[in-house]
Amino acid sequence: MNPRVTLAVAGRVLRQVRRDHRTLAMLLVVPCALISVLWWMFEDLDPTLFDRFGPGLLAMFPFIVMFLVTSVTTLRERSSGTLERLLTMPLGKLDFLLGYAFAFGLLAAVQSALAVAVSVGLLGLDVQGPVWLLGVVAVADAVLGTALGLLVSAFATTEFQAVQFMPALVLPQVLLCGLFVPREAMPQVLEAISDVLPLSYAVDAMQGLVASTATGEVWGDVAVVACFALAALALGAATLRRRTP
Amino acid sequence: MVTNLVQARDLVVVRGGHEVLPGISLDVAAGVTGLLGPSGCGKTTLMRCLVGAQRVRSGTVEVLGEPAGSRHLRTRVGYVTQSASVYDDLTVAENLAFFARVLGVDDGRVDEAVAAVGLHEHRSRVVGRLSGGRSRVSLAVALLGTAELLVLDEPTVGLDPVLRRDLWELFHRIAATGAAVLVSSHVMDEAERSDRLLLMREGRIIADGSPQQIRESTGAPDVEQAFLRLVEGEEGAR
Repeated sequence: MNPRVTLAVAGRVLRQVRRDHRTLAMLLVVPCALISVLWWMFEDLDPTLFDRFGPGLLAMFPFIVMFLVTSVTTLRERSSGTLERLLTMPLGKLDFLLGYAFAFGLLAAVQSALAVAVSVGLLGLDVQGPVWLLGVVAVADAVLGTALGLLVSAFATTEFQAVQFMPALVLPQVLLCGLFVPREAMPQVLEAISDVLPLSYAVDAMQGLVASTATGEVWGDVAVVACFALAALALGAATLRRRTP
Repeated sequence: MVTNLVQARDLVVVRGGHEVLPGISLDVAAGVTGLLGPSGCGKTTLMRCLVGAQRVRSGTVEVLGEPAGSRHLRTRVGYVTQSASVYDDLTVAENLAFFARVLGVDDGRVDEAVAAVGLHEHRSRVVGRLSGGRSRVSLAVALLGTAELLVLDEPTVGLDPVLRRDLWELFHRIAATGAAVLVSSHVMDEAERSDRLLLMREGRIIADGSPQQIRESTGAPDVEQAFLRLVEGEEGAR
């Protein structure tokens, strides 16, 4: 591993995103717009519902968006030959993976800062814990999405297939993360499955932050999300082969 | 004595149950070596073996005295894949600056590489919008390092004749510094420009020599005819 190369990869990924104005605008504006729709929907019905569902949504954005963006961009690296070329150069696999994680983590930090600012500042989301910790959870979440995206790109040969991993791997996590039905109230089997899905811990962390000033459990949840991310990165590294059949 | 920068011995590669290289042996010395043959004859697979990107069933490849693909070779071997392996959404200069940083070479090399492929006027253009630019940028990336072996997989495909001539001149200038430049092509008229020619068919080398030697040994007027005669001779012998 070499910090110069890691930063080169991160800088290049960020430059590519910056050049793509439409993607950049969607990355930053869509979460704010969706969270506003959520607030509006519950406004007349029961405003406390926004405090219940808002945090879950804040946990989901960075995960889903970074998963999608990463799986498509790394698939493109694999199919365009840039990855093959990079692997014949003095580039460590970790440089590649961490470069991506770093770039998308940074992007997620900006994205979440905006979404949190809108939620807390404009829409009145009541956060008991420290607001900055929401950002930490979001970045951990984004790195998880990036790591999973990198991993699945190894199992797709077209961008179409890569996108199909979203309903296959991401939507089950959204259903079982405890947003619709509290996890304790689920049938035992589903609760057990929910316990081994990383998004559950990300949503728990966000909900914990909103509900209480105690941060011990939140850090525990962040640690679980980080472990999942590291495991996915390690598996992702195993799919980057200098020699291919 | 000519020292071989590449030595491949009894190389067997199987892809998808098919023996793409059934046991090829090959030496490459300094100079421009053309690797010619029809599509699907194993040129790309052979080149991938030399840069250490191909999983090999048996046989050995040594490049610059080390096993192909070893760590020390990563700055000493330049590789242009068949697909233009550059980033379409970045400018010419941004692409090169990125690869320069990965290679750990000076930023000054970027300008030299851009100039070498004749893209200095377009250095701030986005690669995807530069017609015929992709393969040239890809080639420029391979020129960034101080490669002692350049492996170029069909670098001139789809380029206009003037540019092709310029690039072949460039290959010879690089070779003049003592480097080995291995260039594949399926366009036979490019063959005449190599110092040495390897004609390849179905994973085997069917002729090896200077373009003149190959023409004379087959009595053909050009390399394309020579190739056809060799193929017919092989089929007749079966």
